Formats: sequence, structure tokens, C-alpha cells
Amino acid sequence: MTTLVLVETDADGVVEVSRETLTFARGLGDDVAALVCGDGPSGLVDQLGAYGVSSVLHADGDAFTSYCAAAWAAAVVSAAGDASVVMAAGTPRGMEVLAHVACRLDATMAANVVEISRDGSALVVARQVLGGSAMEDLRLDGPVAVMTVAGHACEATPAEVNTSPVVEPLDVPVSAQDLRARVVRTEAGEPDESGSLKSARVVVGAGRGAGSADGFKDLLELTELLDNAALGVSRVVTSLGWRPHHEQVGQTGSRVAPELYVAAGISGAIQHWSGMSSSKIILAINTDADAPMVTKAHYAVIGDLHEVVPAINEELRRRR
Amino acid sequence: MTNVLVCIKRVPDLGGEIQLTADSMAVDDSGLGHTVSPHEEAAVELAISIARDTGGEATVLTLGSDDAVEQLRNALALGCTAALRIDADAAAFGPADVARAIAETVREQEAAGTTYELVLVGSDASDTGDFQVGIRLAYLLDRPVVAGISTISVQADTVVARGSAPDGGAEVFELPLPAVVTVMEGGVEPRYPSIPGRMKAKKVPVQEGTPSFEPVGNGRLGLRLPEPAPSQVTILGNGADAAPAVVDLMEKLGVTR
Repeated sequence: MTTLVLVETDADGVVEVSRETLTFARGLGDDVAALVCGDGPSGLVDQLGAYGVSSVLHADGDAFTSYCAAAWAAAVVSAAGDASVVMAAGTPRGMEVLAHVACRLDATMAANVVEISRDGSALVVARQVLGGSAMEDLRLDGPVAVMTVAGHACEATPAEVNTSPVVEPLDVPVSAQDLRARVVRTEAGEPDESGSLKSARVVVGAGRGAGSADGFKDLLELTELLDNAALGVSRVVTSLGWRPHHEQVGQTGSRVAPELYVAAGISGAIQHWSGMSSSKIILAINTDADAPMVTKAHYAVIGDLHEVVPAINEELRRRR
Repeated sequence: MTNVLVCIKRVPDLGGEIQLTADSMAVDDSGLGHTVSPHEEAAVELAISIARDTGGEATVLTLGSDDAVEQLRNALALGCTAALRIDADAAAFGPADVARAIAETVREQEAAGTTYELVLVGSDASDTGDFQVGIRLAYLLDRPVVAGISTISVQADTVVARGSAPDGGAEVFELPLPAVVTVMEGGVEPRYPSIPGRMKAKKVPVQEGTPSFEPVGNGRLGLRLPEPAPSQVTILGNGADAAPAVVDLMEKLGVTR
């Protein structure tokens, strides 16, 4: 039996989450085939070999010069053959393409899978629901199971034995209908606005306790006084228009895992917790000693952030 | 004129802790308020602004019990002008079932003379996180679809949709109408309901229908919560007096400048 993995690439080769997915796929014990759509960077095949891939299928041509989910899905279906499992990383693209694939193969799709096992001919998977705060056990019947693998479901680990996969060009039938929704142009982002947040060593998080749009001065000063620190906010802060959306941390914002997360005036609702629970050390500053953020934190200060944060800033300046 | 149908789902408004029902098949939402996913709030906002800009109507749809009328009324208060409820137990409907029931409703409405050139759904519901209803719906309706979009404009028979690219930039799609688009929050600020909006919303009739089929479900065996870790919090102090202890910690972690 074979597991087919749709692999995403960037200029450096296979992206981290796709490496995780290849590792996760190997755990099932079947042969792993990889599908690449569009131009692949040089060295890609060697990278896939290091992850124990038995064959590499390559979809190329006019339909793959700019991203088109339906064309990618057509390639997955062509590549799937008699594969019993089709996987992709749980990225926006992975989700979109595999949802198309599930429609084309008349299969169920499970999003954000973190565990997988076989029960006779069926697969039993566990996947993240409720923003990652609960798991759903799910039985997938049918000849082929389609799933995306949640980020960090496992650590990306090269195979014990390298393979030398052969690259097979795929002939993909892409219809004019498939191409109705494709990228017509790309725009360079503002120099990746949320990038500094995701790579920060310290995230100073602020919630409703900031009080107003003017309530962030001390918090921003704290980010200046710390090494590689950025401001992150809870959803209520962006909903109220106090801070821009690209600063949002949570289920529907950025996911961060800094060395220190300072949660100032954040109660710790699941929406926010989903985005920062992987932080190494969490320091809560809250007036409510029973707030979920306080009980789940490693360290806490009980008090109003507008008194505590200026005092921290003062102490930091004093010790310089 | 673009008529927009926007699909929403009533979900529990989770605080800091989740409780499961005794059979572990669902979240115990007794005592919790309810809401819709942030992605759906953005979709409602886009539906209303597109309908207003083009002189069309924004219709809101949900699949759920009578309780879900609360979420329909909220969308009406914001500026949707019609509401549809597919009367069904949302928990028994898997994502393929939901798409099928919505497709059925869209066809029924078309047969009755109301067409929706654009159908908007959230990228995923905040409870089940399936990431597929919109795409399944598009296949059933044979329409083009694009997922994870944050801003939309309609120009003649084309919808121009903009979303994030994997490299942090933006990708722009142009789809011929009629189309389906799945929305991610972040591109628009959802508006707040006005008092007159709330008053008007109470008077709008909610049109109801039932699916013609039995749902397949999604194969759920049960839900599990991670073991709650016992609290290991160290209280560094109260108020401003805690500052030296906080800075000691920051120095120990090596994060000061």
C-alpha cells in the first residue's frame, strides 16, 4: 500500500510542515510517494530521499505556473493511483487542495490530524478540534482516506535509510473549468508584518485589560527594553479596533512559541491560548488570581497591568 | 447587482475551560453563550458590504436548531436582509452533509426565483474545524471556488478575491460569477449592530426548510481533552512591588537588553 503526500516547497526546498507530514506518513509503515506541483527548487529530490520517499511525482506545465487549487487537486488524483491514504500539511493550501481532492474522490477528509492507526481496513485518526484544545477520534472508512496533518503533529525527522527516488513526470488532465479560480497576480506583502511577532524571543501579549487604544504605551515600551520582543494582542483587542489584526495571537491569528510570553490583562480564553500555549515560559499579569491564564502560567503577578508594567520598565531601566 | 448568501454556524462561545458531555460525544455548552466563528463574522461583513455596493441583497443561512435563530438575528441586525434556517441537528451533520443541505437550499431558492451570485462561508467553523464545507458546496453547485480569502470586490461578472500567499505576500484570484468563496478573518473590520438595525431584525421572517436526506455524519467516535496539568504557577508578587522579581526572571532567561 502507498501513502501519497502532497509536498509544498519554497526556495530552500521542502517546507518544514511538509517534512513533518512526510515523517508522519512514514509512521503508518507503507511506501510514501511525494507529489510536487510546479517548479521545484534544485536539490528537492535529494531532500525527499532523505525522508525515505519511494517515488516523486511531478506535475508541471501551464496549469501549474501559478497556484490553482483545482489543478493541484487534479494532479493529486492523477498521482494517487491505488494509494490508500492521501496527506498534505495542514496549511491553507493543504486544506484547500485536499478538500478539492475529497470531492473528486468522493472521500471523507479529516483536517488537522495528529494521530493515526489502522483498525482492520479502516483508519482511525485523532484530529485537533476547538482550536487545538480538544481532540476528535474519527473513523475513516472507504478505499481512500484524505487528511491534512496538523503542524507540530510530530517532529520532522529524516528516515534512517536514504532512498534514491525516481522522478516520474505526471500527465495531469486539467480542464478549463479547473482553471476558473487561479492566482492572476501576486503582491509583495508589507515586509511580512506578523514576521517579527512569529520570530520574537519575547512576546508581550495584551488583552482587554489594556483598557483602550491608548493603553499600549507602557507595553510597547517594555518590548523596546527587552531583546527581540514584539507586541501580540488577543482577539478582543483587534475586534475593538485598538490594534491591527496582524498583531493578533490566537486560533485565528498568529501562533507563537517565544522563550517568554508576557500575558498582560489577558484572561486566557481558548481562542487566545491556542496561539501561545507552546511558549516556553508564560508570565501572567492579571488582577484576577483565578483567571485561566494565571492558573496555567508558570509565573504570575497579581495586579493591574497599568501599575505593574511601568514598574517593570522602571526596574529594567534602573538596572541598565 | 450581486445577491450574496452567507452561511454561518452557531457555536459555543468558549471561555477558558471546555467541558464534555457525559458520553464525550460533544462539548457541554450548557451555561455557555453562543456565537459564530470569527471567519464567519468577516464573511457576514463582506456579504453586507458587497450587497450594498452592488444594490443586491445579503441573505444569511444557517443549519441548526431553533436556537440558531439568535445568530441569524445578529446577522440581520448588522444588515443582512433575509434569513434562511435549515432545520436539522447540526451535530449529526458532517461537512459533506452540511454542503449537501446548503446546495439543496440554494437550488430551491433558485427554483423560486432567488439566485445568489456569490455564496460566502467561513474558512472553517471554530468548533469542528473541517475546512471543506465551502469547497464541497462549490462542487455540488458546479461553481468556481477559492478558499481563505480576506477581501473581496465584485466587478461586473467577476469576483476579485485577495488572500495571503505562503510567502507572506498576497495572492489575487478572479473568478467568474456565480462563485463560492471561503473567508478568513483579518481583511475587514466587522461592523457593530445599530439599535434600529436590531429593531428591524426582529421583524424579518426566518424562512425555514428541512433537508430531504438523512445525514451520513462525520464518523466521530468521541472527543478527548488533554489531561489538565495541575497549576504550577509561582506568584512573583502583587502590583508594582513585583517588578524586581519580574526583572530577575527576565535576566535569568537572558531576554533583557
